[in-house]
Amino acid sequence: MGEKYRHIGKATHRKDARAIVTGSAKYIDDIKLPGMLEGRVLRSPYPHARIKHINTSKAEAYPGVKAVLTYKNVPPWIGGIPHHRPVLDSTMRFVGDAVALVAAETAESAEDALELIEVEYEQLPAVYDMEEATRPGAPQLHERIPGNVFPRGFRPIGEKALQEIVMGDVDKGFKEADFITEGTCGYENIPNPLPPEPPGVIATWEDPEHLTIYTASQSAPMNRNFHQPLLGLVDMRVIGAQCGGSYGSKNANMIPMVYAAALAKAARRPVKVYFSKEEHFNAYSLRLGSRIHAKVGIKKDGTITALEGEWLVDTGAASEMAQVQIAVGCGEAQLALRCKNWNLQPKLICTNHNPAGCVRGFGGQELKSSLLPLMAIAMEEANLDPLEFFKKNYVKPGDGYFWRDGLWWDYRGVDFSKAMQKGAEVFGWKDKWKGWGKPTAVNGSKRIGVGMGVHGNADVGEDESEAYVKINPDGRAVLHACVSESGMGERSSVCKMVAEILNIPLERVEITAPDTMVNPFEFGLVGSRGTYTVGSAVIEAAEDAKRKLFDLAAPVLGAKPEDLETKNGKIYVRGREDKAIPWHKAMGIARTLTGQGRFETDYSLCNCMIIFAEVEVDIETGKTDLRRVVAATDCGQIIDPLVLAGQLHGSIGSAGIDTALFEGTVLDKDTGHILNCNMIDYKWRTFIDLPEFENVILETPFPTHRFKAIGVGEISPAPGPSAVLMAISNAIGKRVMDYPATPDKILKALGKI
Amino acid sequence: MKKVNRDEGRKRKGISQSAATMNRTAEKNINLTVNGKRYQLMVGKDVTPDHTLAYTLRETLGYTGVKIGCDHGSCGSCTVLMDGEAVLSCTILTVECDGKDITTIEGLENRESGELHPLQQAFINYSAFQCGFCTPGIILSAKALLDKNPSPTEEEIKRELAGHYCRCISHYLVIKAIQSVAEKGG
Repeated sequence: MGEKYRHIGKATHRKDARAIVTGSAKYIDDIKLPGMLEGRVLRSPYPHARIKHINTSKAEAYPGVKAVLTYKNVPPWIGGIPHHRPVLDSTMRFVGDAVALVAAETAESAEDALELIEVEYEQLPAVYDMEEATRPGAPQLHERIPGNVFPRGFRPIGEKALQEIVMGDVDKGFKEADFITEGTCGYENIPNPLPPEPPGVIATWEDPEHLTIYTASQSAPMNRNFHQPLLGLVDMRVIGAQCGGSYGSKNANMIPMVYAAALAKAARRPVKVYFSKEEHFNAYSLRLGSRIHAKVGIKKDGTITALEGEWLVDTGAASEMAQVQIAVGCGEAQLALRCKNWNLQPKLICTNHNPAGCVRGFGGQELKSSLLPLMAIAMEEANLDPLEFFKKNYVKPGDGYFWRDGLWWDYRGVDFSKAMQKGAEVFGWKDKWKGWGKPTAVNGSKRIGVGMGVHGNADVGEDESEAYVKINPDGRAVLHACVSESGMGERSSVCKMVAEILNIPLERVEITAPDTMVNPFEFGLVGSRGTYTVGSAVIEAAEDAKRKLFDLAAPVLGAKPEDLETKNGKIYVRGREDKAIPWHKAMGIARTLTGQGRFETDYSLCNCMIIFAEVEVDIETGKTDLRRVVAATDCGQIIDPLVLAGQLHGSIGSAGIDTALFEGTVLDKDTGHILNCNMIDYKWRTFIDLPEFENVILETPFPTHRFKAIGVGEISPAPGPSAVLMAISNAIGKRVMDYPATPDKILKALGKI
Repeated sequence: MKKVNRDEGRKRKGISQSAATMNRTAEKNINLTVNGKRYQLMVGKDVTPDHTLAYTLRETLGYTGVKIGCDHGSCGSCTVLMDGEAVLSCTILTVECDGKDITTIEGLENRESGELHPLQQAFINYSAFQCGFCTPGIILSAKALLDKNPSPTEEEIKRELAGHYCRCISHYLVIKAIQSVAEKGG
């Protein structure tokens, strides 16, 4: 158990709780600026086509229309690396690709005007499969991406960005192996993280050098950090709205931010671009497709001697930062699979479907979901219990790994095998695990099976954060930190840290809006970095402010600063609380004290998530029910138990566990259209079908900051899909290697169809 | 709101744009009570035949606590109470709502005392939300349930909420929050 704190570790009310339950929280579509126009997008009906002719004159003349943009007159902002994603282009690369943009006084005018744009297309052949896309003669998507394979590298994360795993000598490793197995597994259902709120941005130019963006983002500052260079280094102020779910997909928000900014520039008025749910499905951030062919060398005792393979990654028609997802995925593979000899070669490929984007799991879920089933083949061959295999092979103090920057990092965190063991005990693994391909129980046509998956990320200390803590003489404090709220409760958690250090009620700490103008630098609330990175900066700022307060109080109290304590806005010499003076007696009423904090990147720690899954498969119908999930982790110190519980329950949602069962984007490979682009045909789990769910959370202190905690939220879904696939395979005694494991695939595996 | 959606909505609900419908609605005002406040909406001016109730509540009357997620009646975010029943306000046309009594999430707290409805307080106590976008709809469905059935079983709660899409997965804490109110007898 963690230490006893006044606020940390206790369930406290979210700072924004009242706003959320009363409906007063302002999401992006609740914000209206004076004179604001509505922006709409004309979308391509074809998966691959060239605009031969486009005429916008009727649309321009339509009442209420203030701007019409096509590739001919749009600002030359080109995103992606290499630069391949202009705001608008003359070539369409997926069904739903943007043809033209319209801004008008009303949504209705804008929509009517879209219908008046005359477009003549030349249809081009399209390609949807990664291997087909890389064959000679395949349709080519981008001039700058010859052969449809992206060049490696992504300089913003370092000159040596990790783009492969190469170490040791795989030939030697295979010679040392007792068993060598080989196989292919795809995780290619390209699901949509599908936050309930569609993506949206409002842009307004104060003047040609000053752009203000209101954004539905989990990381408002990333809009500025990533896109200021794209927009020619104008002064970009970004203000985050309450965000109605993101799961990674609403971070830097290049699309629709550039649409709104371009329209606002042309119309000289504020413009809102807020996608419909159809656009959300058809033209916004899917999960990457992943297919891996790998050969595994393993010893009888579970030592992995060699791992060699090719990892194909499908980013659809464009890449936001898939190279970084590959880098992180490669780093994460080494955390879960300790092996001295690696040769894993990723290949990032473009195809004619809605582009992938950042999604919770960020390359790692995609790689794990396709790699761990291949590891399962090896474990089965060696007759190893996966619990013992993962306990043995998860990174331990003294080990290390190449992280996303391509540099070697020595791991200095805790041993997660304790969390694995504890999770297994709660799940009842010892009794339920009957061996590979063996059901836990048989009841008529119903077969119960169990499986487990493991995943971790060393992003807990990635990238920089800064914070200011301003102490007011009235015993209150204001935290300046550019933290957005998309559901993680992080704005409240960092306030708790300030309240703990200043020893004041949580109600006396406020946090500034996520506004890049009033806050110091923040990278963004990506991955699981908030607790350690933002937390460290906030803690340092609060300590710094308290130190300044004690320096002023010391002479007033006739004591040394180091002998002072504070509680509820009063300062006293340790042990003499009866002689306490209020803060304003030390600092005066016409002063504030500001402490500063900064965090620098540290990749030497990681988190870990273990999912145990129990399924029931009906071998007559092929239907699978997820009966029970146990999610186990070690987070060092719980900041808020209810917020953490929600993050772990989230493993079911946001294109997580259920991508193994029924969830995915169904792409018609004849027309390039998505067939299930609505919330009835796109399957999601309802309240009625909830499995039993238990969280097992250990608190082994981490060498992070004062509260010894690390974040874990981002990774909770990632070990789920492979765990479910393992459980199904054990239940039916046949290996299933295809996501989602729908009834037809199960009946096929059973030889029934 | 996309025009396509409105057209599809009409098809789905079997509503034709016949002249008869247009004339009938054009002749009258729509009287709505929202959270105890009475509104008279002039057809053709404040409301047109293709305005959904969700649109009217949000855009015309400013009740932005009503959230539109899918605008197709399949995510539950836009749920409001109509004469005490939980309904999907994106699938109902405002012109069909004459004389109706609507409650949105803004109508639950006691405006004079500022006291929250027990369900709102329970959702705060249990942190029964993450992003919060689906929360207004879920709270209103829970209220409709408890008003009819003050001590529902867990299964009854789940069934009532089955149409609500919560992608963060706050379901487990939502159920606890509702049970904590139910145990007190609503």
